[in-house]
This record gives sequence, structure tokens and C-alpha cells, in this order.
Amino acid sequence: MSTIVSLPDQSTAALPKRNYLNAEHGLLSWLLTGDHKRIAMLYLISITGFFFLGGAFAGLVRLELLTPAGDLLAADTYNKMFTMHGIVMIFLFLVPSVPATLGNFLIPIMIGAKDLAFPKINLLSWYLYLVGGTFTLTALVLGGVDTGWTFTTPLSTHYLNTHVITTGLAIFVAGFSSIFTGLNFIVTIHRMRAPGMTWFRMPLFVWSNYAASILMVLGTPVLAIAIVLVVLERTVGLGVFDPSKGGDPLLFQHLFWFYSHPAVYIMILPGMGVISEVIANFSRKRVFGYTAVAFSSVAIAVFGFFVWAHHMFIMGVSNYSALVFSLLTMLVAVPSAIKIFNWSATLYKGSITFETPMLYAFGFIGLFTIGGLTGVFLGSLGMDIHLTETYFIVAHFHFVMVGGMLMAFLAGIHFWWPKMTGRMYPESLSKLAAVTTFIGFILTFFPQFILGYLGMPRRYHAYPADYQVLNVLSTAGATVLGVGYLLPILYLAWSLKYGEIAGSNPWQATGLEWQLQSPPVTENFTEIPYVDYEAYDFEWLAHKQKQEVTTVG
Amino acid sequence: MVVTQPGDLHEEHEHEHVHLPQHRHHFETEEQQREAASFGMWLFLLTEIMFFGGLFMAYLLYRNWYNPAFVAASHTLSIKLGALNTAILITSGFCMAMAVWAAETRKRKALVNFLGLTNFFGIAFLVVKYFEYAEKWHDSHIPGLKFSIADFGKLGVDMAQKTQVYYSLYFAMTGMHALHMIIGIVLIFWYMVRANRGEFTEGYVAPIENFGLYWHFVDIVWIFLFPLLYLIDLGAK
Repeated sequence: MSTIVSLPDQSTAALPKRNYLNAEHGLLSWLLTGDHKRIAMLYLISITGFFFLGGAFAGLVRLELLTPAGDLLAADTYNKMFTMHGIVMIFLFLVPSVPATLGNFLIPIMIGAKDLAFPKINLLSWYLYLVGGTFTLTALVLGGVDTGWTFTTPLSTHYLNTHVITTGLAIFVAGFSSIFTGLNFIVTIHRMRAPGMTWFRMPLFVWSNYAASILMVLGTPVLAIAIVLVVLERTVGLGVFDPSKGGDPLLFQHLFWFYSHPAVYIMILPGMGVISEVIANFSRKRVFGYTAVAFSSVAIAVFGFFVWAHHMFIMGVSNYSALVFSLLTMLVAVPSAIKIFNWSATLYKGSITFETPMLYAFGFIGLFTIGGLTGVFLGSLGMDIHLTETYFIVAHFHFVMVGGMLMAFLAGIHFWWPKMTGRMYPESLSKLAAVTTFIGFILTFFPQFILGYLGMPRRYHAYPADYQVLNVLSTAGATVLGVGYLLPILYLAWSLKYGEIAGSNPWQATGLEWQLQSPPVTENFTEIPYVDYEAYDFEWLAHKQKQEVTTVG
Repeated sequence: MVVTQPGDLHEEHEHEHVHLPQHRHHFETEEQQREAASFGMWLFLLTEIMFFGGLFMAYLLYRNWYNPAFVAASHTLSIKLGALNTAILITSGFCMAMAVWAAETRKRKALVNFLGLTNFFGIAFLVVKYFEYAEKWHDSHIPGLKFSIADFGKLGVDMAQKTQVYYSLYFAMTGMHALHMIIGIVLIFWYMVRANRGEFTEGYVAPIENFGLYWHFVDIVWIFLFPLLYLIDLGAK
């Protein structure tokens, strides 16, 4: 912060008198709001709640694995714990996190619109999210569900006597929340861009959310129908997946992974958008190969639909299709690599400063690269057969989704926190949190690669004593990681009251959102802007500031 | 590039021309609002296609594997009732199209009447469907609840068992279609009340147009279901 000269309008040390937060008062004004920024805040609060719930389950799982014997939790309790951890984290945290909070808040502003196209549907999707969350909690209170988050048939339809139906409903409803968010984004981006805001002037955050929205809109309904069929098999005994009636359990897996593999990109693409914004801003350069980065998001979305069967290499897909899916899977690495290389090229000779969002972004690049490369191992047929259903898989997808997505989410929250609340977070504490998270993460999940390679299977509550050292390391890391997550929630809450006033553009960033006051007013723009400059045009910004300083001077 | 910053004064929203009451502030023009609504509806229908797509895929797959069972089971369906329902549904689709026309040409009475007719045929469809389902119950062709393979003895026990997949899909697909009809019928009642107040005949036709798209989508799903479930094996023995 010290290196950046304040803009003239930042000297007044008070929040703007009129903004979206104080536009109306009372609980009802929040619960019935149509303002995309308020809905984003509602999401932020509820998503954070579910994140810590899911984290608590993870903590129990790691505690159980501290010792080789299954002494803390019984086997079925343990199964329920990792199932709830997976369901809560994936459907109630990772999928909605960046789109529903940052995307909701920023997409209309970034393209110069007053709101999303359908504010009522936007509010409805938050309520659907809450209903989904409530069903999940109900299932938990009633005794939990132990299918694993994948609901694999016939386990889920015939053999488990737990609350599959309640949880299935939860995911069905939460899925609609996701469909409506995606639909809203696509329509808004197509129809509500300000004059002059062409497709290739949009910030990359908008591009990546657009790509993720396509996946949400096309993938989620397939999950919905698969879940409906599971529920119908459980309740009335329909036989689409039931082998005794001629059905095929593998069909469920095809339908499930047709959504759930693209879902990984629903989670990671918006995160990549955040990283593009952060990297461009803290290296003061336009993102290298803007067009390539924009198209790589769409490419990831398209390829994402053709790789699902790599989840079934050991479950009886033919050799020929396994080969094809193996090749297609590796193809996804290409657009991902385009992004990583272009971010590196952006950093090259940039004026880099290490603010907190940038630290998280570096964490993202490191961890996501490891996660992505191990994904290539797993995409290779032979390796997959050795490593599948071991802790190698667990480490791989945690590197991608926690190391990638969660780092990006935290980078984004810190980057736009001043815009959302009008106040800065404490600088040194936030840097400490970023470093703690990174160290905790590596310590938790790196040992799991080795465990998996050595053959420790996932989903067991006890293991041979040989694996204990690495498991102790992992559990210790989880504790550090927990501290890394708790710190931001504490100091961010503190900053709401005591944080330094941020001013409209604390990072000297480009982009329409930084030209509005912080926090912005309801309906964002009193006059729709005309956009006649490219995204990330820092020279234009410097020129503009020079003019303003001379006028004031 | 200029972004106007709002001052502390409450600025008034000045409109250059008179807006319809349904025009929302965050849209620049009514045209933009109408286009957005229509685009949103098409996207929603795309998700519906993906939703039914899973079922169609399952149908094609199993039909390929267990062709004799599917042929035999499809012969137990009543083509007469299916054809009657197809006619009923196409008529209701026609009434819906007329309702959209009535809204666009601002004929309030005609709009209410055509919506009513659409609903009448929609309900008639469900009544016929009820008789079909009752017939299946009577013949013990409901997997999970009441099923016997007595009708399919000549297929051999193994293949005869596979008819359960056919009926599972039959009920899943037609049931899902019927659920969409029920949702549509409830919505039409609500639209009739609002149309009667004259809401859609003063230039604000987007809800009726978009509902029309939904209703036609439900029709089209049936247009695929009828040949796939009833007719495709007509010539086969």
C-alpha cells in the first residue's frame, strides 16, 4: 500500500453516506432484496457458514486418521463424516463460492450494468441454496448419509439404510440454484453490456464466469435427472439402474460424472478469473495473450464435457473408450497450461508488488500446477489403475479444488473486500494468514501423495501402522490450515468496523468497478458508462490520474 | 470514459419517455428487457433438454441392448390412447399459440379464453394419462410396485425381466412429462387471473410469450415420446 499514491478522493476519511449497504434498513430489506450486491453478501455469509461446517467434518476425519486404529469414530460414523464433508464442501461451498459471491457482486458492475438481468430469480437462487443447505442439515440431524458424495448405485439405491433421499433432494434443489445463477449470468453478459463494452474488452473474470455458467446450465440438469432416478429407485422401486430389473449401475456413473467432472471446472474456472484480475493488477500489466486466456476458459468448458469416463477406467468401460477418454482428459491440460504460461508471461518484467491477494494468487499458481500435473498422471491409463481410490486421488483433487479454488476465493475476497465493504483489512495479519494457509496446505496434502503412491486406500477409518508418520504430518498440517482459515474471518469481521477507509480505488486498478465509490450505490451507475478503452489498460489509468492531479493542484 | 458518481443528494430518475409499469429500472429499454426475458427462457429450455436428455440416452441404450423386451413391452401400450393424447396436446399447443397472438394484438377477452382452452386440453391430456396408468396397474406392469412377467412368457425369463427397464423408463419419461404439464397448468390458472386484469394486453407480453415457449417445449417432448415409446416397434413382432 505504501508504494501507491492516494487518489485525491481518498483523503476524506469517511464511508460514502449513501451506498448499497445502508440504502434500506431492517432484516426484511435484506431478505427481499433484488440488489445483486446484497444477494452476494447474503451468499457470502451463508457460504462461509457451510465452509466451516464442512471444515469441521474434515477435522474429525483427520483426527480419526491420527492413529492407525479406528479408535475415535466407528466405521459408519467415519463414513458419514467424509460423506458430509464432501457434500457440504462441493455442493454448498466450492460450486457456488466464487460465482455466487464475487460473480454476483462484480459481473454487472464489470460490464456496466445496473443489475443482473433477473434480480428476482437471483434472490430465488439464494433461497434455493438455503433450502438445499437445510435439507443437508436435516439429513445430518436425522443420522447422516454414508454413500460418499458420489451416491454410487446400487450402494445408494439398495444397500444403505441412510438418508439418501433427503440428501438427494438437497442436491437437486441446490442444483437449481446453480442453474439459475448460470442462466442469469449468461443473459446478463449477452444482453446488458454497456455501450462500447465489446466481448474482448470484458475483464477475464467475466469471461471465466461466462464459461463456468455454460457448464452449470448444461451439466447440472443431467445430475438432477440422475438424482431423481436414484430417488425413484429407492422409493417406488423403478429399475433404471437396478441390475435385477435389467438396469445398469454404470449408467448412473455416466450420468453422474457427466455433470460432476465438468463441475470441477465450474469450481475452478471462476477462480482462474480471479487470478487473472489479481495478477494483472499487481504486476501493473495487461494480461499477456488476453484473447488466448479468454478462449482457454471456453475451451476448458468445452473439453470438460468430454472427459467424464476417466472416472470409470477401472469400472468396466471398454479399452477403446478408455483410451479415447484418456487422450481427451490430457487435452484439458492444454488450455489450463495456456493460462499458467500467460500468467507467468504477464508477471515477466511486471512491476510486481506482493499484496495479500497476490500472495494467494501465487499460492494458487503453485498448488494448482501441482494438482493439474498429477491430474495428467491420473489421466494416463496405467497410472490410474495403480493410483485410483488411493490417497493420491484425494491429494490430487484437494490440490486442484482447495489449493486452487479456495486460494482463488481468498485472493478474490481480499482483492474486492475494500470495494464490497469500503474498508481495508489489516495488512500484516492478512499476509500472515496467506502464508499460514499455504504452509498448512502443503503439510496436509503433500504427504497424501506419498501415502497414495504407497497404496493407502481412501475411505477407510483404520490403516496399517506403517502409514502413521505421514498421516500424523497430514493431520498436523490440517490444524495449521484451520488456523489459516480462521484468521481471515476474524480480521475481516474486525475490519468491518475498524478497518481503514479504502476509497474508491485502493489498488489503482483498472476496470469499471474501481471507478465507483466503495461501497457502490444500489443500481451501481446513475449513468451507464461508455467504454472506449481495453481491459487492464494501466497506461490509460495513469494518464487519467495525472490529469486529475493537475486539475486538483 | 466518464462514470457519474452519485452525490449525497437523492437524484431523481429521469425518464425520457413514459415506461410501462412492468419496466424494471435496471434495463435501459423495454426492448432490452423483452430480449433478456426471451433469451433467459430459451436457456432454461436448454437445461430442460439436458434434463430429458439423460432419460432419452438411457432409453436408446437399453433399447439397443434389450430390443426384444422393448418391442414386446411397447406392444402393450395403447396406441389409441397415445394418439388421442397427441391430438389433444397439439390442439392445446394451437390454443397456446392463439393466446400469444391475442396478447400481442391486445385482445384481453380472447387471451383469457385461449388460455382457458389451453388449460382444458392440458387437463384432458392428464385424464387420458390417468386411464393409461390405471391400465398398467391392472396389467401388473409397474416395476417395483406391482409387476409380473406373465404377458411376456415367450421371451424367456431373462429377457422378459428386462421389460421392467422399459416400463421404468416409460414411467420416468411420461411421469416427468406429466409433471411439467401439471406445473404448466397451475401457471396458466395464475396467468388467466392476471390476463383478466388486463396485465398482458397493454404491450407487456413477455410472460405470455415465454410461457408459450414452455408449453410448446412440453408439447415437443411428447412429440418425441409418442413415437419412441408407442410407435417405433409397430412393425416388429
